[in-house]
Amino acid sequence: MKKKTNKIRMRETLVSYCFLAPVLIFFVVFVLAPMVMGFITSFFNYTMTDFEFVGLDNYVRMFQDEVFLKSLRNTLIIVVGSVPIVVIFALYVASQTYERSAFTRSFFRCVFFLPVVTGTVAVTVVWKWIYDPLSGILNYTLKMTNVIDQNISWLGDKRYALVAIIAILLTTAIGQPIILYIAAMGNIDKSLVEAARVDGATEFQVFWKIKWPSLLPTTLYIVVITTINSFQCFSLIQLLTNGGPNYSTTTIMYYLYEKAFKLSEYGYANTMGVFLAALIGLISFAQFKLLGNDVEY
Amino acid sequence: MRKKKITPFQVFTMIILSLLTIFFIFPFYWIMTGAFKSQADAIKIPPQWWPESPTLENFQKLLVQNPAGSWMLNSILIALITMLLVCITSALAGYVLAKKRFYGQAILFSIFIGAMALPKQVILVPLVRIISFMGIHDTLAAVILPLIGWPFGVFLMKQFSENIPTELLESAKIDGCNELKIFTSIAFPIVKPGFAALAIFTFINTWNDYFMQLVMLSSREKLTISLGVATLQAEMATNYGLIMAGAALAAVPIVTVFLVFQKFFTQGITMGAVKG
Repeated sequence: MKKKTNKIRMRETLVSYCFLAPVLIFFVVFVLAPMVMGFITSFFNYTMTDFEFVGLDNYVRMFQDEVFLKSLRNTLIIVVGSVPIVVIFALYVASQTYERSAFTRSFFRCVFFLPVVTGTVAVTVVWKWIYDPLSGILNYTLKMTNVIDQNISWLGDKRYALVAIIAILLTTAIGQPIILYIAAMGNIDKSLVEAARVDGATEFQVFWKIKWPSLLPTTLYIVVITTINSFQCFSLIQLLTNGGPNYSTTTIMYYLYEKAFKLSEYGYANTMGVFLAALIGLISFAQFKLLGNDVEY
Repeated sequence: MRKKKITPFQVFTMIILSLLTIFFIFPFYWIMTGAFKSQADAIKIPPQWWPESPTLENFQKLLVQNPAGSWMLNSILIALITMLLVCITSALAGYVLAKKRFYGQAILFSIFIGAMALPKQVILVPLVRIISFMGIHDTLAAVILPLIGWPFGVFLMKQFSENIPTELLESAKIDGCNELKIFTSIAFPIVKPGFAALAIFTFINTWNDYFMQLVMLSSREKLTISLGVATLQAEMATNYGLIMAGAALAAVPIVTVFLVFQKFFTQGITMGAVKG
């Protein structure tokens, strides 16, 4: 009898791997291999001309590299600046729209997802004009309302550039969390909410005691994906500031790109890649531990 | 139902939501109107809220002086082919991961999940080396092939495949159906909604995957529309009319696809978030 089940299992295994083969081939060649290669070459002095093992030299160099440290700081500012705002804002919009008609819900979903669908490049084109020191609408509005009297070069001034980037990032980061929250709120047990209301609970109590706990898994997921996306902030910077002025908007991802694709320092770039992946992994893990404690699946 | 009273908080919310709506629609509106403005009108202060002397010269410049036609075609080809290949390979893999018991299943699934958590951009540098080594750098294949291996689709299709009733599969087997036949005639019709969700999701993401296109494509006529517009922006920073017209070409097809298939897209996003 045992032998027979084994035989069936072997047959199933064979069939399964036939079905999996197309994905597996692409996965191994284009995901797994680059991962392994990236990790290994992070220990090499690997450029257009050189390829030699240097141990941890790249890692040591990284922490002595002032531009890298600056880009690490900028990246962290972007993450800390965007994640809480995205979560609170998405929670607010979703909670104000999920109980409305299907049409209204889908209207707001579309509105907030529009910048994401429009695409980073197209959206950036508009923002470049908004921030334009001479013909941009931001300076125009602020001067009209007497908030400023001199034109400000939003992307060219290191006091404002990073904040200006974060503002754009927010408009493209909010769409998915709102969709997720609206879906999650639709799944909350309505009878519980109704019962609490009948018993005289305030809206705030209803939210805090009933809705919030059931939204925790979604919140956790949103926090993790928003963190991951913010850590990888690249396109906006490549399109708008090229990391300047004076590296004030250089993120790890942008610096990595510059090292790899402009200066051909592949080994060093991969070192930063490994570091970034480890950092993201560590922080996602910590978020799971911190928020996940209260989550019941 | 409770009786609806309008509280100050609700008034506040209505104002906020209206303002936000304007704010979020504005970029798209500005692209669409800016595309028809002359270079001088596009940078006017105060801004011209509506093109007063609409012109098609921007589109003419894009299509005649720049290969915007090829850029569009490249974007469409990349998004369509990626979509098809991702959907087919993911449907096959997701089905067996959900419905079969085989050796190595648990490990394989963990590897997929682990890879999914890894930021894709981090592996781009070695990926470009592999693509160059294969001699396909600066071709459409360089953008398409790496996206097929990305395990998100597998994960999504596995979620949808869990809904296939096992008894149905077993009875088909007893009736002597072969494995491929079981998949196409029983499993596939059931996971079709998932297939549609994944298709739209992949199409939109691929169309907008600027970073991937940036590192894989370089010669001018091989670019995608987003990449082409980005190049134009770098070359002639202040010709906003022309750049808006390019942005319109990049945005209109994908926004249309999104609005038409919104339901499936939303499903893709929410299903992908449910933990397996």
